[in-house]
Amino acid sequence: MRRLLTAAIAGLLPATSAMADPVMGGRANIVVQPEPPSLMLGLVQNAPTQMVAGNIYEGLLRYDTKLNPMPSLAKSWEISEDGLTYTFHLEDGVKWHDGTPFSSADVVFTADVFLRESHPRFRAVLAHVESITAPDDNTVVFKLKSAFGPFLNAFEVGSMPIVPKHVYEGTDFATNPANNTPIGTGPFKLDEWSKGSYIKLVKNADYWDEGKPYLDEIYWHVIPDAASRAVAFETGQVDILPGGSIENFDVPRITALENTCSTESGWEFFGPQSWVWMNNRQGPTASKEFRQAIMYAIDRDFVRDALWNGMGKVSTGPFAGSTRFYDASIAPFSYDPEKAKELVKASGYDGEVLEFVPMPYGETWMRLAEVIKQNLSDIGVNVDIVSTDVAGWNKRLSDWDFDLSTTYLFQYGDPALGVARTYISSNIAKGSPWNNVAGYSNPDIDALFEKGAGTINTDERAAAYTEVQRKLAEDVPVGWLLDMGFPTITRCNVKDLITTGIGVNDGFKNAYIEK
Amino acid sequence: MKIITRIAGRLVKAAIVLLAILVLNFLLIHSAPGDPATVMAGEAGATDELFLEQLRIKFGLDQPLYVQLWKYVSDVARLDLGFSYRQQMPVLDLILDRLPATLLLTGSAFLVSLVLGVLAGVLAASRVGRWSDTLISTVALIFYATPLFWAALMGVLLFSVTLGWLPPFGFETVGAGYTGMARAMDIARHLVLPAVSLGLFFTAVYSRMTRASMLEVSQMDFVKTARAKGLSPRLIQRRHVLRNALLPIVTLAGLQAGQLVGGAVLTETVFAWPGIGRLMFEALAQRDYNVLLGVFFVSAAMVIVFNMITDLIYGIVDPRIRVQ
Repeated sequence: MRRLLTAAIAGLLPATSAMADPVMGGRANIVVQPEPPSLMLGLVQNAPTQMVAGNIYEGLLRYDTKLNPMPSLAKSWEISEDGLTYTFHLEDGVKWHDGTPFSSADVVFTADVFLRESHPRFRAVLAHVESITAPDDNTVVFKLKSAFGPFLNAFEVGSMPIVPKHVYEGTDFATNPANNTPIGTGPFKLDEWSKGSYIKLVKNADYWDEGKPYLDEIYWHVIPDAASRAVAFETGQVDILPGGSIENFDVPRITALENTCSTESGWEFFGPQSWVWMNNRQGPTASKEFRQAIMYAIDRDFVRDALWNGMGKVSTGPFAGSTRFYDASIAPFSYDPEKAKELVKASGYDGEVLEFVPMPYGETWMRLAEVIKQNLSDIGVNVDIVSTDVAGWNKRLSDWDFDLSTTYLFQYGDPALGVARTYISSNIAKGSPWNNVAGYSNPDIDALFEKGAGTINTDERAAAYTEVQRKLAEDVPVGWLLDMGFPTITRCNVKDLITTGIGVNDGFKNAYIEK
Repeated sequence: MKIITRIAGRLVKAAIVLLAILVLNFLLIHSAPGDPATVMAGEAGATDELFLEQLRIKFGLDQPLYVQLWKYVSDVARLDLGFSYRQQMPVLDLILDRLPATLLLTGSAFLVSLVLGVLAGVLAASRVGRWSDTLISTVALIFYATPLFWAALMGVLLFSVTLGWLPPFGFETVGAGYTGMARAMDIARHLVLPAVSLGLFFTAVYSRMTRASMLEVSQMDFVKTARAKGLSPRLIQRRHVLRNALLPIVTLAGLQAGQLVGGAVLTETVFAWPGIGRLMFEALAQRDYNVLLGVFFVSAAMVIVFNMITDLIYGIVDPRIRVQ
């Protein structure tokens, strides 16, 4: 029946059907910025590493743009009734890039030994795991201590890259010389890395997913200057600009070029959301009314339209729109300076000057800081912008030495994985700029997040998370700005580059270049 | 014999200066807020205490500062510049890897600006007051005042985007697989825009300096004497005026030569040139202490070497000057 249907459609639209056939061969030229420190994804998880190494390593699962799990190294899986046992059946005939066969022992080693030592984000997930065993070469069983709702969302390549046991077992992982020649199971292999210039990946001819990948090679060009990256696309040196490669003010100009396509898809899993950090411990920002005032004072539509060229959506609360259990019924904050002024008055603000340490991530973020300063001065709140570099900013935030700041964080598809960390009390710890830096502490919220994570019953989870969203929107521990949109810009003949919820980071397994 | 003791004396002085630079740099860098562990954790977007602790132990940051300093200085004394955990490579390898690109870029800029600048200066001085003098002086003034990054971007806009004559950035055409002569030509084409933008400022300085210096010398008595003797104006210009006018140029050239290593951060960034300036800048942003110190150390050593060379050249240009 299915074949018949396809034939019928093909008959109706011969041209479209012919175009949909992937083309073998060719090269993709893409920008990476900054240069990754290393491509060993098990040890280093910063954004550029994930983007390049997502072609070299693979996870057990992938996720579509609705965040539903799809097979990758695991071709199928079962979850027991009580939600405590997860059984994964692995793909047959998978080989590491050095020719050694891949087996369940690699998965057990990766999860139980390697990532437990080296991957902070996955380590947090592993805290819920009682045991990881391999009953046979192609099966892996995870037994949990107690039900953990988002467990099936934690197997994407950046969270759990499978690393080769035969290369790493018994070595010092951090100094293993193999880190410079990463061995994965992915569709592409590292061929050459000319530091400061480019990284070249070539097709893995032995790839387990027969017929893939289509491309012969990928060149990742290291171009440190944002204007030069735009020029690189304009003059044809590169064909793909991943989200965030060029300054926002260049996006309209570049996307208007001939033969240029762009999409905001491919960020659903990460759900990047920007906000204003507010120090809940001390000063005016310790007051709830004052924090609400800031939410009403910032003209977020203007921020989106003027600074981000209309990309992204104004956030309604602590969950980005693409995150699971997002509740659209919660009333969003509007831009209302009058109301903000009343709230400031109610908070007993005495004109104290707040220290604002904006995130130093490029021009747009500096402009954002200026807009916020202006918006706050409109309601009578005095702000001093303190400039730092990235390391200095990390330090100030980690030491809680700020009144206001800006940031954006990934939500990793599920509130238990990416959202809870910002608001739960157990995550207040000096020394990191990415945990509960605001110092917000509320036992009700802690309990609700725990309830939402501690079951696989979707309805129960939804109920807990709706409650969380309502309460947080009332308390405003941080000032939510935008669910950010990052356009991936390509020549229109680059096809199927983005097919999953992690976009470019998922590797170029399906991508091809139309002749 | 005397010359050997003199050189030995200078070397001892140089070593002391280097040591002082090393210690000072070390202390300055470590007093900047933030450390590589938080930067790496920050880039990963998530962390916990254990992870930061692991990183700090790996980087040796858990040790007291004087222990770290002593270890660093004694390592450098053995010509071991340390290891970059961030880049997973020994610092010396990283630097040697990037140094040729920087030397090629800054060396070309040096030659271009020296030759063009002195020629333009001589030309202007010999036609003082005429339109060609005014033209050269004006152009030099404009180059002198133009910010480097702006000149670079305008160059890219005109010669790469609009005219399509020159590649906008990079060291060579990536993936083209050129070898031998074809590769050299390819690199040369890539070199034009960055070297010219980097050299503009010094071209202007040399030409103005040469012009002024030539005019000053040509008023002196011995030049008048030479003229009175009936020597040809060309010979006077070359032998009497230019040679004596060269001293300040040598001083300046020594300064520029000191910047050959590590002096091209901006140009290398705009043109994605895989050199040492960018390496240094990135290491600064990432608090990659060992790389940063390594680049500083190598640059300082080069400055000292170029200073010595400059002193020797003084002696050649004007034999009355003796290196003390």
